[in-house]
Amino acid sequence: MSYLPLTSSDRGAMLASLGLKDIEELFRSIPKSIRSKEYDLPLPASELELVNELEALAAQNRTSKTTLSFLGAGCYDHYVPAIIPHLISRGEFLTAYTPYQPEASQGLLQTIYEYQSLITALTGMDVSNASHYDGATSVAEAVLVSIHHTQRKKVLLARTLHPDYRQVIATYLKGGDGEIKEIPFDKATGSIDTAALYKELSNDVAAVVVSTPNFFGVMEDLEGLAERVHESGALFIVSSHPLSLGLFRTPREWGADFACGEGQPLGLGLNFGGPLLGYFAATNEFMRKIPGRIVGLTKDNRGQRAFVLTLQTREQHIRRERAASNICSNEALCALTASIYLSALGKCGLERIARLNLERVQYLKEKIKKLKHFSFYFSSTNFNECLIKCPTGPKKILDALRGQGIIGGLDVSSYYPEFPDGLLVCVTETKTKGDIDKFVDLLSKV
Amino acid sequence: MDIPRDLKYTKTHEWIKRDGTRIRIGITEYAQKELSDVVFVELPKLGQDVLQGRAACVVESVKAASDIYSPLSGKVVAVNKDLELDPALVNKDPYGRGWIFDISLSKQEEINSLLDANQYDTLIHQKA
Amino acid sequence: MYQVPTQSLTMDEKLIFEKSKPGKEGCSLPREGMVSSGLESGIPPSLKRTAPPVLPEVSEPEIVRHFTNLSRCNMGVDTNFYPLGSCTMKYNPRVNETIAQLSGFRDIHPLQPADTTQGMLKLLYELERHLSLICGMERFTLQPAAGAHGELCGMMLVRAYHKKHGNGKRKKVIVPDSSHGTNPASAALFGFEVVVVPSNERGRVDRGTLDRVLNDETACLMMTNPNTLGLFEDEIVPIAKLTHERGGLLYYDGANLNACLGKVRPGDMGFDIVHLNLHKTFSTPHGGGGPGSGPVGVSKEIVRFLPSPLIAFNKGCYTLEDSSPDSIGRLKLFHGNIGVLVRAYAYIRSMGSAGLAQASEDAVLSANYLRNKISKAYDVPYNDFCMHEFVASAARQNLKGVHAGDIAKRLIDYGFHPPTVYFPLIVKEALMIEPTETEPKETLERFIEAMLAIAKEAEENPDIVKKAPHTTVVGRCDEVLAAREPTLCYQAPK
Repeated sequence: MSYLPLTSSDRGAMLASLGLKDIEELFRSIPKSIRSKEYDLPLPASELELVNELEALAAQNRTSKTTLSFLGAGCYDHYVPAIIPHLISRGEFLTAYTPYQPEASQGLLQTIYEYQSLITALTGMDVSNASHYDGATSVAEAVLVSIHHTQRKKVLLARTLHPDYRQVIATYLKGGDGEIKEIPFDKATGSIDTAALYKELSNDVAAVVVSTPNFFGVMEDLEGLAERVHESGALFIVSSHPLSLGLFRTPREWGADFACGEGQPLGLGLNFGGPLLGYFAATNEFMRKIPGRIVGLTKDNRGQRAFVLTLQTREQHIRRERAASNICSNEALCALTASIYLSALGKCGLERIARLNLERVQYLKEKIKKLKHFSFYFSSTNFNECLIKCPTGPKKILDALRGQGIIGGLDVSSYYPEFPDGLLVCVTETKTKGDIDKFVDLLSKV
Repeated sequence: MDIPRDLKYTKTHEWIKRDGTRIRIGITEYAQKELSDVVFVELPKLGQDVLQGRAACVVESVKAASDIYSPLSGKVVAVNKDLELDPALVNKDPYGRGWIFDISLSKQEEINSLLDANQYDTLIHQKA
Repeated sequence: MYQVPTQSLTMDEKLIFEKSKPGKEGCSLPREGMVSSGLESGIPPSLKRTAPPVLPEVSEPEIVRHFTNLSRCNMGVDTNFYPLGSCTMKYNPRVNETIAQLSGFRDIHPLQPADTTQGMLKLLYELERHLSLICGMERFTLQPAAGAHGELCGMMLVRAYHKKHGNGKRKKVIVPDSSHGTNPASAALFGFEVVVVPSNERGRVDRGTLDRVLNDETACLMMTNPNTLGLFEDEIVPIAKLTHERGGLLYYDGANLNACLGKVRPGDMGFDIVHLNLHKTFSTPHGGGGPGSGPVGVSKEIVRFLPSPLIAFNKGCYTLEDSSPDSIGRLKLFHGNIGVLVRAYAYIRSMGSAGLAQASEDAVLSANYLRNKISKAYDVPYNDFCMHEFVASAARQNLKGVHAGDIAKRLIDYGFHPPTVYFPLIVKEALMIEPTETEPKETLERFIEAMLAIAKEAEENPDIVKKAPHTTVVGRCDEVLAAREPTLCYQAPK
């Protein structure tokens, strides 16, 4: 076995040094009654066989490179710059663990510090952690922090928040006595129904969660919300598509206490939906309450600038059952990916990529408007996704598009029964004018 | 080890200074040494009710978070805001500028359960 | 005598922000021009960001050099022996990286119709079967993103199970005092009350104590086996029996499974719920702290509570199916950390049954070899044959004022990543050492020499240890300053 460096003579010598003859003597504390037999696994594959076998499996999947796909809904097909796979496969990053020993881990620590700096710049918040599992778990943890901080139980979720986010939050809350109330949306704009929200704001509300763009791709206007939320003593959690922040107002500008969401668009690629990257940022007030690792600036004993893990008393390895969260491993390599991506885009690139997404969805909308049988549920500003009203249930249309080799988007009827004809279509910078023309052309023919 | 004679103590290493029904609370020289460098003090809230022997606030070093137990029951009437800017006061001057909070005493009789300087001295020497 | 290098890399001290210069860009983007009318008119002013974010402006060559140089200020398994106890820092096979980067796995969307992802689903289905076989469990969910996330999933399953059986009052979770911090944290995060039981003089969970604390309020007992002292809980069979008799469930923290492959299965030990850390036992890279993957396996009785969706195989077709109405619900977005799952599958396929057993044997042999040699100069509490790791103590060196942390820092000078220090909490001045099976004997010898040399230094010249490291890009870092005056992100000069 090529991954195992010990030779049989090494093993013999090592056993002898322990005064043993048989390796089994080292396992004698395992009761005989429960000792394993061999596993009924396939015979081991050589490297060549393994690659052949897995290439064959991979070949059975239709990819975004070979199939025109308009799926988004929480996982976005954005271009991954070539430098990313090269830099993140450096063994010193790839094969390290959490930088517990700062003197042996300055490289990673600095990249995490840079990641925190990039996320705070992007969201306008004061502090960021070193990452969370994904957007949904990140929001769920912000909800838990809010419940703990306010000592209240009720959580208001915009119904325009991604349905899977709402489900994950519900799963996380099942352990305590937290209670979820969903806030409807305005049927004309696809944005949160603020009147309905204000009616629900009472002194038992811990947090309000809104996303912009929302599940329908609609950029929500959250003017005045934060004030009302804070007046009621609740906290405000805003989730944004990170690339939209090149043009649109930040969670901070909307008055958020927490900015939590999905960082997958920042150079991670699709990967069948994982690994993802939960970003988690907050105002200074919550610096000592947020979950997860945080890197801080300090000095070494030679007077040089240095970076260390800090505020660790929040964490499970110190506070155990009283920790802010149980999180240990996060998504460090994905955070590094996001750092490289944001550094490469830079100040101007971020705005330009936001514009590219915006213009594609605008172009798509303009084209669809000209179709006889298709329309939109909402009049709204969209970022890179929009909900189309089809003349019939989208299944038929999606099947017809499949016949033409196109994955046409997501049928939302199972998430939102009030939109039986709703098709969620996403166009990022990876879609060309030709792609969109082709899509609309085929729509007109089904 | 500095153990002022005029203070009372707890087994959990808090000190108590009494001024009528107003009680000042901090941690002892021994406790601050055990904790090492204090980096943050999570102060109790003004007006908060505290119970004898129950956690009232938290003192943090780099690698530990330690509960401070209220030596007596009462209401928090003052907290040492200086610790927000300079938590190291707990190390530098534990019996003076490093005080943590004041309460107004609600159960007079609880005073009797506290240790005097001699008893506390014995306690920490047993520990060592 | 091992030669301490006198020169090391220098730290490229600038932040990426400090390398910024207006007008530079690090990637080229397509041109705009799809819409004729002004794009801006599509955005109501009230939605616009008022000032662009302060992102760096750096060219591509500078970015590549920046991150490459930073990587050179970091130790990884690829560069150094990394005996970080309980973290199983083993070699990460490169072919698994190649496979995870295949377009057929990397460029697929999680919501694609199942008939366009049959290869992916088949791989995940097979991985679930392999993990079930290896652990002796009925089924696995592949969703949890990390070990701690798996623990949280486990706590949700425990809650759901008891609720279904009308035992909602079972609110206590028992953990040994030697447990990983995540165990009590996961239980508490999901609203359980944590009961800590002390280890006995053999470093194991004490049956007598358990007998006293297990009652009709007990939801479950969480155990790691071998435990964090590297000792096998040899009374596991009666412990499991007792726990079940009292109506509790038994939870297995799979952090230390690397000692057990081919030797003993959690299911056969009596565990009802198991989480694995694929980034430990199944060799996927730790990535500087993630992404990991923490699949959770369960016994037959608990399958109905698993999170949605699960992978099914019907009529020659693989699909994602919502699990039963009793499911705890959705645990995260989509289907799990797929990139990690692909690598773990590839690892199992290359190792096979005999290879996995050999890995555990070598890991256990290497740990015992180190333990035996190092115990000449260091205290090893519970100095019995260990499994894949052991815990030494710097108590003896402490007499000269040298702490476990100092020894850890000094090891860096000798070219080794330090072991886990000050854990488990029940050992004073703990040094928790886990060599894994992927180190040659020569490396183990060098590590032993270094440990013995440091013990000698602690005796004769403790200052050199106390002030270590001396050869790194930065010296001992001031963690007190960092925590007292937190500076957590770059502030652009005004």
